[in-house]
Order: sequence, then structure tokens, then C-alpha cells
Amino acid sequence: MSIIIDQGKCIGCGRCHDVCPGTLIKINENKKAFIKYPKDCWGCTSCIKECPVHAIRFFLGEDIGGKGCKVHTEKVKGEKNDIVRWFFELNDGSVKTIDIDPKESNKY
Amino acid sequence: MKIERLKTDLLIIGGGTAGCYAAITAASNAAENKGAGLKILVVEKANIKRSGCLAAGVNALNAYITEGRTPKDYVEYAKKDADGIVREDLLYSISEKFNEVTAHLEKLGLVILKDKDGKYVTRGNRNIKINGENIKPILADAVKKLPNVTVLNHVNIFDFSVHDNRIDGAFGFGIENDTFYAIEAGAVIIATGGAAGLYRPNNPGFSRHKMWYPPFNTGAGYAMGIRHGAEMTTFEMRFIALRCKDTIAPTGTLAQGVGAKQVNALGEVYETKYGISTSERVYGTVAENLEGRGPCYLRTVGITPEQEESLLKAYLNMAPSQTIRWIENGTPSKANVEIEGTEPYIVGGHTASGYWVDTKRATTIEGLYAAGDVVGGAPQKYVTGALAEGEIAAKSAVEYIESLSALQQAQGPDISSVNLLEKISEEEVTEHVAEIEKFLGKRINNTFEKARDEGGDTVEHLEEEMQAAMDAYAGGIKTGYRYSENQLAIARKEIEKIEARVGDLHAADLQEVMYIYELKERLTVCKSVIAHLAARHETRWHSFAENTDYPEKDNERFRKYVNSRLENGQIKIILRELTAEGQRNYEHHH
Repeated sequence: MSIIIDQGKCIGCGRCHDVCPGTLIKINENKKAFIKYPKDCWGCTSCIKECPVHAIRFFLGEDIGGKGCKVHTEKVKGEKNDIVRWFFELNDGSVKTIDIDPKESNKY
Repeated sequence: MKIERLKTDLLIIGGGTAGCYAAITAASNAAENKGAGLKILVVEKANIKRSGCLAAGVNALNAYITEGRTPKDYVEYAKKDADGIVREDLLYSISEKFNEVTAHLEKLGLVILKDKDGKYVTRGNRNIKINGENIKPILADAVKKLPNVTVLNHVNIFDFSVHDNRIDGAFGFGIENDTFYAIEAGAVIIATGGAAGLYRPNNPGFSRHKMWYPPFNTGAGYAMGIRHGAEMTTFEMRFIALRCKDTIAPTGTLAQGVGAKQVNALGEVYETKYGISTSERVYGTVAENLEGRGPCYLRTVGITPEQEESLLKAYLNMAPSQTIRWIENGTPSKANVEIEGTEPYIVGGHTASGYWVDTKRATTIEGLYAAGDVVGGAPQKYVTGALAEGEIAAKSAVEYIESLSALQQAQGPDISSVNLLEKISEEEVTEHVAEIEKFLGKRINNTFEKARDEGGDTVEHLEEEMQAAMDAYAGGIKTGYRYSENQLAIARKEIEKIEARVGDLHAADLQEVMYIYELKERLTVCKSVIAHLAARHETRWHSFAENTDYPEKDNERFRKYVNSRLENGQIKIILRELTAEGQRNYEHHH
């Protein structure tokens, strides 16, 4: 499990660098974030939650059965309150979404 | 490299769950009392906003005294799960604070689920449900608001300064600002967590860090204490988690959420056959595999579409990799979820490995207090236990600092602060700086490929060798967690051989220097683990400490704590009698 950062979308704010519990993300000379140590990612998704422009995707490594699905979240307005929408960009080009209402997110 | 000397009253090493709460407690405690000018410094190798065990968030508080239950019930549960080898004084002192620290967290902004009567929603007898994705930022924000607390992020502490068995501070370096720090303190709280990465992980390739425990918890606190002669306890009680295969996602949500049973390849429910303690659940799975009835699963086939949808969402909240897996490979109603044991970890918050402390969380080094996963003797402490322990350690440390400053004031009217100790000498600073400069001296880009080309060692390389040795000879996944004295002797030799090669490593920058120190920490912890495994001549906890030379439990000789202390470079084992039933207070006898 690791992440990829879309250099085109990255605005260089450095928030992902600040929150990574392993300090694995660095900012390059073009003021863009990149993951310097991709194999050391724990998969905590802190960076994805922090990124203001949704430039970070995470994926399962091939060694643990990953098939290339790229995932991120966005906050969207729901009927009653903000909900978290998870996007799964599958290999065939299709996108699946799952909406989570934070108020109802913890059935188990 | 810039050299900076800092002084503080209270130094807290590690800004995770316990460290943050220690800072919050010490600051508010000092504000209420005469020590309002108390200076507190939190040093964290990442950034306190998301560092430590709570980086990803949690969806329940696993240690809470629910209605109709008492702290005594909790102590009994933890004691039973550890088959007696616990410190009741430590367990009581945290159990009695679980609900209080929970209320405080709620006040700080944590959302705790409530039923229609306004009562917390429970899961079983000891858990309450929370929306805990942001639990760490909540704690970190509370710390940042405190006026007398300074936080140093991205600074890695790698050694204590100890003189005549009293701690005078610590040494560290900024991993991104090329700065060396010598920090003097009146008292120190160590809160660096447990140790991951000692054993070869389930998936040693690209996904090597997809593990149960934070891979950034490298046993720094244990190693620094061990080297300075602190007494340690129960390192032989390793923790092994039962997890979903490959993703290493939690299994409890499947078991408790949809009632999925553990079944073998023949579809037989086996969990009742081996018992339901934490170690027995792992052991049963290992045993079924060894006897040819593996692989093992959690039986989810046949759950309703509603249950499945809820499961996918529940995992997105705490272990999204499992939801991705279901989306990529088929959902749990169609296929059972394969399970496996992780590699062993050393951790005082689930099992009981760590510093030997008194009830006040004082270690055997004067002025050094400990909190959270780095403390031994109190298993099943989880988040609320780590918070409670942070509070206890902070109160004790502040009390100690006040006694120091009272002593100094009595000695001379000009000395009014513990900040004037001046105990860290120039020689000590020079020595530590020189060691770092030696690793940096060559400034060679330390990549695996480069070293392979040149035939030299790299951190990565040595770490893999260490993990392979522990896996094969100290009861890793490879041997079904079993080990013998002969195997442990080989492990000890292998670890010593690897240790001898660390001095020749080189690093491109201070972050890579940190990786070298982390390797050294892990090697130190490995040696203690091996010594402890070899000392307990019994098998009390299946899988956690499965000694093939002594496959039975031996209450007569080993219903005791196995402790250790480094003396003249040798690990000395100390067998200590269990504290008395219901004992609420334990003091060190120096």
C-alpha cells in the first residue's frame, strides 16, 4: 500500500508533508510534493484527508493483490450534513463511489 | 550541522497518545499550582498532528467501564488474558481513569456515539463507539493551545543523558533542519511507543509497512532505557495480531459486527476448540494450518446485502485497504475473508512489554517517567489507558520537578529554577555530534541498488537480515511463532553480527541517519527479546511465547515477572515475584 501524488494538481502547500507520520513526503525544487520513500508508507491515509486539492491517490501494492484501483475522498454537501465521498478509480476506467455520512458511519 | 542547546523543566519524548496527554496534564496541573512557570517541551520525530498509533484514527475506545461494570472487572479481564502476569496496581490506576479521560476527550471535541437516551453506544462489555478519524488532530490541537508547552516536530531523540542513574536530558537531531539538539531537563517522560519491524513482516516486499503497528515505532524508548541500565519487564510476551490476509486489516469488526466465526478450510468452526483469549485465537489459526486444515477464514458468506454495505463502510473508516480489496476482488458475502497472524511486535499497550515502573510510572532511572506502550506490566491499556498513563506520569514528573526546585532553593537563594542544572557537558555533546558526523561523513546516497553494486551494507539490507534472523530463529511467522533454546542462541549470534556492521553504514542526510539509529534501536530490543524468550522456561501464552523446549505452563517456577537489566554489557535476567492480589501500590527498592 502506498500513495501517488499528481504533480499537475499539487499546489505545494506542504500539508501532506506535515502530517505524514513517517515524514516520507518531501517537497521538490518545483514546489511539488512527492513521496520519497514509497515502500515505507503505512497506509494511514492522513495525507489524502489533508490534501485540499485531492491530488493524492492511494492503492494496494501488487504484492498484496492490488489490481491498480486508485482511491481518494472528497467532502460533499449532503441533504442534512457534509458527507464523505470515496472514489474508486478502477482499472477499466470506471469509477465507483461510496458515500459515508459521518453521523452514521460506525454501525460496527 | 548546527548545534543547539535547549533547557526545559519537563521534556516529553514522543508526541503520540500518551505524550500529548502528558503535556496537557502537566500544563493544566502547573497552571493550578504554584509551578505556573513550568516549561514543557514535547519532542516528536514526525509531527504531533498525526503521529503515533492514532494516525489513521480509531472507531472505538476499547477500554471503558460500561454501565454496571467496575474497574475491578477490567483488571480481572486483563489479568486473565495475560494468564496472571500483570501488575494489578498499574491496571487499577488506569482502569479508574478510563471514563474520566474519555469525558475529557469528548470535551476536547471527540464525537462519541450516543443512543436515543443520550447514553454512549457500547460494543460488548468494555468498548464504546466513536467517530475517531480525527482523534489525533483533536489531541494535537489541545497541546498547541497550551501557553507553556513548546512542540519540536521532526526532531528525533536518540540518546538520554544519564549521570549516576539520574536523567539530565536527551540528545536528538532535526531530520529536516540539519540541527543537533542537546536538551537539559528537570524530568523526562518517555512516551515513544512500542517496537515494530523486529521480525520479517507478512509482506516483506513493496508492502512491507502494511502492518498492524505503526512501522515508525521502532522501540527507541526501550533501547535508550536498556542501554542506560533501566529495568525492563515481560519482553517475552510478544503481541501477534490476527488480521485479514494481505491487507492486515482488523478482524474484530467482522467477528463482532456480523458475527463471523473462525472456520478452517473444511468449513469447521475451530475457535471454540482453542479458547478465546487474544493469544489462543492466533494459536488456533496457526495450529489448524500446521495440521493441514488451513487456510483459515472468517465466515462471511451469506451475510445480507445491508450487512455487506455496512462492512464496506466500516472498513473505509478504519482500514480502507480492506474495502479496496473487496471492490477489486469480490465482496465478503461471496467469499470468506482469509485470516493470518502478523509478525510479532513488542508493545506494552496490548501485551505487557516495557519499562518496569512503580505505580507513579517512575522508571528505575531517577527523573525518568514513562507512559503508554513503552510501559510494561499493564496490558490491554489501549487509547484510554495510554491517556490515563500520560496523566499519571505527568503528575508524578511535575511533583518531582517541584521537589527538585524546592531542594535547590533550600541550597542557595540565587538558584530558583531547575533549568540551571548544567549537567550535560561539552564532551558529551561533541561525542554525540561526532557519531552522527561519521555516518554523514561520506554523504553517499544510501540506496539499496547502489550498495548492491558496490557490495556495501545499507540500512535496508541490514534491517532485512535482522528480520530474517528473528523470523527463522526467534519464533517468527516462519516457524509458526515457535522457538527453541538452540534457535535462540543462533538468533543472538546473528543479531550481534549485524550489530557489528552498523558502524560502517553511511547516510545522505539526517533522515537517513535516523534510519541508522532506528536500526540500532531495533537490534538492541531484539537482544532483550531473545534473552527474555530464553529465560521463560515454559509456554504460558501460545504463539506469543511458544517455547518448544518447554511446551507446558509451569506455575511453580514461572508465575513470575521476567525482568532484565543491562549490567556491564550483559543482559541480566531478574525473576520477580508477582505483586499481591489487589495490591494498589508498588515502590522501587533501590
